Amino acid sequence: MRYLPLNDTNRREMLAAIGAGSVDELFRDLPKAALASAKFKLPNTASEIEVERALGVMAAKNLSCGAAPAFLGAGNYRHHTPASMDYLIQRGEFLTAYTPYQPEISQGTLQAIFEFQTQVALITGMEIANASMYDGATACAEAVAMACRVTKRGAALVSGQVHPHYRDTTQTTMKFLDIAVECLAPDPAGIEDLIGRITPELACVVVQTPGFFGHLKDHTTLAEACHKAGALLVVCVTEPVALGLIKPPCQMGADIVVGEGQSLAGPMSFGGPGVGLFATREKFLRQMPGRLCGETTDEDGRRGWVLTLSTREQHIRREKATSNICTNSGLIALAFSTHMTLLGEAGFTRLAQLNHAMAVALAEKVEKIPGVKLLPSAFFNEFAVVLPKPAAPVVEELAKRKILGGVPVSRFYPTYPEVANLLLLCATETNTIADIDTLVGALKEVLS
Amino acid sequence: MTMPTTVSGNRGLQLEQNLIFEQDTPGMTAVDLPAAPKVIERLGDMKSTRRIGLPGMSEPDVVRHYTRLSQKNYSIDSGFYPLGSCTMKHNPRLNEKMARLPGFADVHPFQPVSTIQGALELIDTCAAWLKELTGMAAVAMSPAAGAHGELCGLMCIKSAHEANGQGHRKIVLVPESAHGTNPATAALCGYAVEAIPANAEGRVDVAALRQHLRPEIAAVMITNPNTCGLFERDCIEIADAVHEAGAYFYMDGANYNAIVGRLRIADLGVDAMHINLHKTFSTPHGGGGPGAGPTVLSPKLAPFAPVPQVVKIGAGFDSEEHAGFGTAKQSYGRMKGYHGQFGVFVRAVSYMMAMGIDGLRQASGDAVLNANYLLARLGTEMTAAFEGPCMHEAVFDDRFLKGTCVTTLDIAKALIDEGVHPPTMYFPLVVHGALLMEPTETESKQTLDKFIESMLHLARKAKAGGAEAAFKAAPMYSPRRRLDETKAARKPILRWTPSEPEANGNGARQAAE
Repeated sequence: MRYLPLNDTNRREMLAAIGAGSVDELFRDLPKAALASAKFKLPNTASEIEVERALGVMAAKNLSCGAAPAFLGAGNYRHHTPASMDYLIQRGEFLTAYTPYQPEISQGTLQAIFEFQTQVALITGMEIANASMYDGATACAEAVAMACRVTKRGAALVSGQVHPHYRDTTQTTMKFLDIAVECLAPDPAGIEDLIGRITPELACVVVQTPGFFGHLKDHTTLAEACHKAGALLVVCVTEPVALGLIKPPCQMGADIVVGEGQSLAGPMSFGGPGVGLFATREKFLRQMPGRLCGETTDEDGRRGWVLTLSTREQHIRREKATSNICTNSGLIALAFSTHMTLLGEAGFTRLAQLNHAMAVALAEKVEKIPGVKLLPSAFFNEFAVVLPKPAAPVVEELAKRKILGGVPVSRFYPTYPEVANLLLLCATETNTIADIDTLVGALKEVLS
Repeated sequence: MTMPTTVSGNRGLQLEQNLIFEQDTPGMTAVDLPAAPKVIERLGDMKSTRRIGLPGMSEPDVVRHYTRLSQKNYSIDSGFYPLGSCTMKHNPRLNEKMARLPGFADVHPFQPVSTIQGALELIDTCAAWLKELTGMAAVAMSPAAGAHGELCGLMCIKSAHEANGQGHRKIVLVPESAHGTNPATAALCGYAVEAIPANAEGRVDVAALRQHLRPEIAAVMITNPNTCGLFERDCIEIADAVHEAGAYFYMDGANYNAIVGRLRIADLGVDAMHINLHKTFSTPHGGGGPGAGPTVLSPKLAPFAPVPQVVKIGAGFDSEEHAGFGTAKQSYGRMKGYHGQFGVFVRAVSYMMAMGIDGLRQASGDAVLNANYLLARLGTEMTAAFEGPCMHEAVFDDRFLKGTCVTTLDIAKALIDEGVHPPTMYFPLVVHGALLMEPTETESKQTLDKFIESMLHLARKAKAGGAEAAFKAAPMYSPRRRLDETKAARKPILRWTPSEPEANGNGARQAAE
């Protein structure tokens, strides 16, 4: 087996040094009965070419977004990946290192984390950010848990414009802590009243910008109402590219900003792995979950970086830790950071403008299709439309024509028949005007 | 000893690199984009014209920046990385190649199910391997990492207790030697934690465990092989006692690499166990993730598994994405976005297929052989914490340093100068001054012999006395010498901020206020 360097001569010599007769002897603490009953119906070792063949066949059964005009968003976005980004994250020194427990020989990862923390703080406008969470949905749950610690309260209100997976993940996680999470009904029209529902028991209100159905909303008055009631405002961002063009959460008074970094961190990869972004105010630092990298100096007085404030974390605090997270999403955070560095301020804002322009170009054509109604008046690169018939079969019809024509909202809300005709459409810089024309032509046919 | 200084601060191949924020050329970008179509913006009152503060750099400068940063990292690709409990084995590049096939990488989680049959098949294939290897009834593919898998297991356990009218069980038992995630996870699942002691042999004290078992106990979490590198010989007896008391047996699978292909954990009476794909199944650790922690479940816990779930329908696959429906009628819900760590599954399947069952069995054998070789050879100068044979990790305590001024930390830092990544230090907590070594199966005897030579030399040097100053000064040859962690924690600097004259009213600090 090509991954295993020992040969039988080595094994014999090593067993002799140990004083054991066989490798099996080293397993003598394992229960005999369990050893005897262990039979596995699994294939034996395969060559590289055989593995490539088998997985190639499996991969070919999928319709990849590069092979069809694709307009899918709903929290997972297809953006162009610069070639140098994918090269850099595959450098073995990044790819095959682990958590920087030994800072003297991990300065590369640590400096990259420090830069990542700064970039996340800058785009959200918040004071500090951590080294990453698993994904946006789990980061949202962590934010609610943190808000409960900060306010010493045990309830949360989640807007109907928050991504359903973020809502579900938060609700699941919190129910085991007996924290009451009220998730409002899906709000495609963007009319829900959050301020009127604020109570003195609430630890936080959770909103999303841009909203799940595309709405761009200013949450400044909501933030003020939250703060007046002693609650925090948690803002989710599922599409961080938007932050290159729209008012950042900090300017609305957000206390915690969480998000999904996948859109800037490489391929969609069927939704995982992503990278959870987590930013907040400096005064909440001690209640923050996850790893933090900080600046310091070495014995020679040279600047360097270390993991810090780990007294918040599980390996020190055990059951009193701010979270149980250990392994996070290091490499995807590096991908995010590398892409942000390649973009810079000019590239990031231009990318955001291009995304918005493509989405407007799409909206202009889609809203002219008879019977189709665009819901948000202000949006970034994604918006919900009402179709004259249920969206799920329409999407299936489009797929038969090799077009990935959006995400039917019914997929998330099987118990809300009122969303059956809603379709989420997204356009990014990876789409062309020709793609848009193909989609619009096919939609007209399918809807007629 | 003082190093000669250079004007640049560079030391030959060790190149200093400023932060990206200190390399800003305003307006510069390394990404050229096509022109945007001319449209009338629809941003309402939400358009921002702020200066964000991101630095501008060209492509060659960005490539050089990250290349130089990478060269300040130690990695498996560069050398021996015996970091105990982390299973730093070789990461085959075939896995990376497979994960980048457009049919896997360029697929959206919400495509119509008819267009993602291969993706669902991949998840099902990964699940099938894990179930066959463990003999368990079901596997939850959602968890994003080991700690998340622990949470998944405990959530299933809590749901099962509640469904069976056992909601009064509020305590989880965790051995003192456990990884910190175990008690932290139990707390996150709303449980109180009670510690159970280890016996002198480094294993769970079964008598003490029995004394703790009572109607309030929901579950027992035991790492097996445990963090002392030993197999819990009494695990079947423990499982029986736990079940008799009406509780569930959670086995932490962090050390599954030692036993994969040797036995099926279902035969040990396990109710739930997470498997770190980034350890046992060779997916890269990436400087701290992403990992994946699929959690195998016994028939009693399987109905409560999280969504989404891949469902076989005829020759094809479907995805059950909602608790309360179909196969997920009793599911406790969703714990992560989308379909789990799909890209990690691809890499793991690529590894499983390449290894095959014969390769996996050989791998656990070689991993255990390598660890026992270290235990035997290093035991001559160092003090093994427990009697062997060990499983895939060898743990030493610091008795061999008694009477010297050299500590475990000093030994670790001196190893850096020897070109080795230090073993895990001061863990498990039950071993004084622990050095936990996990060589893995992907190291050759030559590599181990060189490491042994370095390690024995350092142990002898420490014991001989007179070398304290040299030990305290280590490491000398790494990109940085010992870093001041107290200073970092006392006045945390967690991000770059522009110096005053540069700020010009556009600084990030002000934007945040």
